Amino acid sequence: MSDGEDQRSLVARFVARFVTRDIGVMIGLYVVSLSSALAVSALLVAGTGGSASAVFAALLDGSLRSQGAWGLTLTTAAPLLLVAVGTIVATRAGLVNIGQEGQLLIGTCFSAYFAVRVGGPGWFVITVALLAGAVGGGAWAGVAAGLRAWRNVPEVLTTLLLTFVAFPLLTYGLRQSWLLKDRDTERLNQLNSGEKLPAKVNLPDLDIFGNSIDSGFFVAVGLAFLLTVMVGRTVLGSRIDMLGFNPRAAQRFGVSAGPLSAAVLIGSGATAGVAGAVLLTGSAASDRLVFGFSGNFGWDGLLVALLARNRVMLAIPMAFVFAMLRTGSSFLAATGVDRKMTDVVQALLVLALLLPPALLFIRDRRRSLAPSNPVVPLAPIAVEVS
Amino acid sequence: MVSPTEQSAVSVRGLTKRYGEVVACSQIDLDLKRGEIHGVLGENGAGKSTLMKVLIGLVQPDEGTIDVDGERCRIDSPSRAGSLGIGMVHQHFSLVDELRVWENVVLGEHERLDAKHARGLVTSIGERYGLTVDPDARVGDLTAGLRQRVEIIKCLRRDPSIVIFDEPTSVLTPQESEQLFEVLRVAVEREGKAVALVSHKLDEIRQATDTVTILRRGAVVDHGPTNRFDQQSLAQAMVGREVSLRGDQAAALGLTEAVLAEAGAAKRRPSSTAATVLSVDGAVLGRYGHRVLDGVDINLRAGEIVGIAGVEGNGQVELADVLSSLVPLSAGTVSVDGRVVVTGRAGAMAVAGIGMIPEDRHDAGCVLSMSVAENLALGSIGRGRALRRMDRVAMRNDALRLIDHYEIRCAGPDAPFESLSGGNQQRVVLARELSAQPKVLVASQPTRGLDVGAIEFMGEQLRAAAHDGVGVLLISSELEEILHLADRILVMHSGRIVGAMDRSNANVERIGLMMGGVTLDQMADATGQHV
Repeated sequence: MSDGEDQRSLVARFVARFVTRDIGVMIGLYVVSLSSALAVSALLVAGTGGSASAVFAALLDGSLRSQGAWGLTLTTAAPLLLVAVGTIVATRAGLVNIGQEGQLLIGTCFSAYFAVRVGGPGWFVITVALLAGAVGGGAWAGVAAGLRAWRNVPEVLTTLLLTFVAFPLLTYGLRQSWLLKDRDTERLNQLNSGEKLPAKVNLPDLDIFGNSIDSGFFVAVGLAFLLTVMVGRTVLGSRIDMLGFNPRAAQRFGVSAGPLSAAVLIGSGATAGVAGAVLLTGSAASDRLVFGFSGNFGWDGLLVALLARNRVMLAIPMAFVFAMLRTGSSFLAATGVDRKMTDVVQALLVLALLLPPALLFIRDRRRSLAPSNPVVPLAPIAVEVS
Repeated sequence: MVSPTEQSAVSVRGLTKRYGEVVACSQIDLDLKRGEIHGVLGENGAGKSTLMKVLIGLVQPDEGTIDVDGERCRIDSPSRAGSLGIGMVHQHFSLVDELRVWENVVLGEHERLDAKHARGLVTSIGERYGLTVDPDARVGDLTAGLRQRVEIIKCLRRDPSIVIFDEPTSVLTPQESEQLFEVLRVAVEREGKAVALVSHKLDEIRQATDTVTILRRGAVVDHGPTNRFDQQSLAQAMVGREVSLRGDQAAALGLTEAVLAEAGAAKRRPSSTAATVLSVDGAVLGRYGHRVLDGVDINLRAGEIVGIAGVEGNGQVELADVLSSLVPLSAGTVSVDGRVVVTGRAGAMAVAGIGMIPEDRHDAGCVLSMSVAENLALGSIGRGRALRRMDRVAMRNDALRLIDHYEIRCAGPDAPFESLSGGNQQRVVLARELSAQPKVLVASQPTRGLDVGAIEFMGEQLRAAAHDGVGVLLISSELEEILHLADRILVMHSGRIVGAMDRSNANVERIGLMMGGVTLDQMADATGQHV
């Protein structure tokens, strides 16, 4: 029964989090900002000679309505979600990891290396490939974690800059046959591309209503649930929050910033690495490693985390919206509008979703700083003059 | 109606300032006259600081008028206040440690840098007011008292006609305070300035001021010539109820004499034979190339209260940091109950049994964004296996019990910690630290920013803890607080313990000299020469 009370209080707290006295203002602001984002998008489409309604229809067709579309959207959402959940936990611990693109790429490299070399049944190789992705991404974030622990180098710099080291590393790896280069010498165009994964190393799909959903999606959602429980229900989660909110209090009460933040940073790199492995072994991207394989999944995952704002579960719908824009854009060609338009729409959408909380924050701060009655001037100067 | 000679330098009428629901100042009238030291007396939160910030242009009032020399004016910035001839010596220094005294004095002026002129300025102002300080000394090397002199010279160099001193004695030894009051006297009598002295200490107001305005909860409750009031009437006006002028209240009101008399009368306790619970041996802590702790030795027995007196900035913060596991020592050891505790290891001091009431709760004493219940449970969150379930039911029940026992006023265990008032936040910290059943309780400036009622509560809690056998280490720059509560007094200066004495033979003059860095040996030498 005490558990029941716990449940109730949790539900009550969950509801209370959203039902504040500003809820009306908040919803209003979202409606205004989202509709302005859509209006600006429509204007841009019209400006480039397209029809806004056709573009909208094409986006919906590509992401939801056409045959097998929503399955593909869910499959595309998986790597975005995986990147985002790790990032959210890192943010809660007060860390700023913005190098997911590089961590994802290195994770994919590790995954690709083992996926074509390890023998055994499919499920075994897939597991090895996913774990290798985690190790690769974690190791790449581990470089940043190490520099932070050793010399207090800010991780915001190192994670970002390491991304730009990851790209040439991949190029190098793709030229060495002992590393990632395609060992199939029969192929004509084997330059700068990795070996094709054997069919058995493809993540199994789940077929529902003609949609095939990559099992990577279930891995991602499972991890999101796991991390939600970790953050909200375990002592470790409270320690991570404590570290993020007040590292000195954490130190006083036995939570050492060094090991925990290193672990969290490496963990968030690992989820980005798994995202890369899921991309490689799944059906959202090519089944061989090529230059630029990461395809901005890392950056977009970071945006998803930014929009979910510390709530792991909110990342699921956000990742789905971003995936819709990705899959929907493939249908844009027929409307004569450039695919890149979806990048603009995506950027506008991010702004629209970030603005309302930012505005409320600014308003609250102004209120607390400003005098309660700022209109009345102190001295009636006009009277003095007359 | 008012003759020109009696015209006020500053005349405030009906000044009101609200922060949201809170009224910081309500319909305040204040007249500062030339040739007069005007005391502004009030408890923490009475509105003294807000009023002064309005005069210096840092805060804009909601209602009311300000006349300077009979002219209605609007003080919308500190530079406007400066051009009206209003200067302020702030409680917290705004000096650059790395620069020399003369450099600090001319810092921020829009004029060509002329070292010779600036040095001359420091010397001439020093001579005029009796504020001697070496213009070429590096500010970081000066004591707090001398740094305040630099701050005062910096203020006086613009030759303001109205000078506000905000709690100036909080960084001074008793002797330095006397000297400061002489400087103020020179400023009003020889230079004809108007001086406002902001303070919460009755003795200071009675000793140094001509006129007094007493504030309570943002409003003026009384004003008049200082000699019209006695201690009792000042105290009553300030606190708003009958006060005893003894015990905790005397200490809170800064009544040195009363506290000292009690201390002397207190039965000399036989030197304690209880076990040593905390011993700090040869503690050294280096920071930025010099030793902020320079061989500190402390022995604390179970059930006694040891006070560490000293001017702020002499290593007290660093000592508290070491005992909070926030920094490791460069040399020396800390032992609790005879067992050496590794310094600087996360949580080690708390696990060993050192409770801490920190100087700044918001620094390492709490997590503002977490709930009251979570803040009460920080200790157990930091301990044990990381992957166990958070037992929120138990945490909530513990919180309910503590909220009840320590009379913490809050919306409930789930209320965000930041929604609590300062006094109640302090109670949460106290409840958490005492409920962990510590062997040692370190209270670092525990009453700073609290009102008289809250100060009394804190005193009771510290005495109760000592009575239960906890060794209490009280670090405070309020000498009255130490004299009142501590069984034994240690004086800290420049990262060293320079003297020790029992409460029963405490001597303010000697403590003051020690706070200024004079050691017992030097005192013995000095008296030796006289003989």
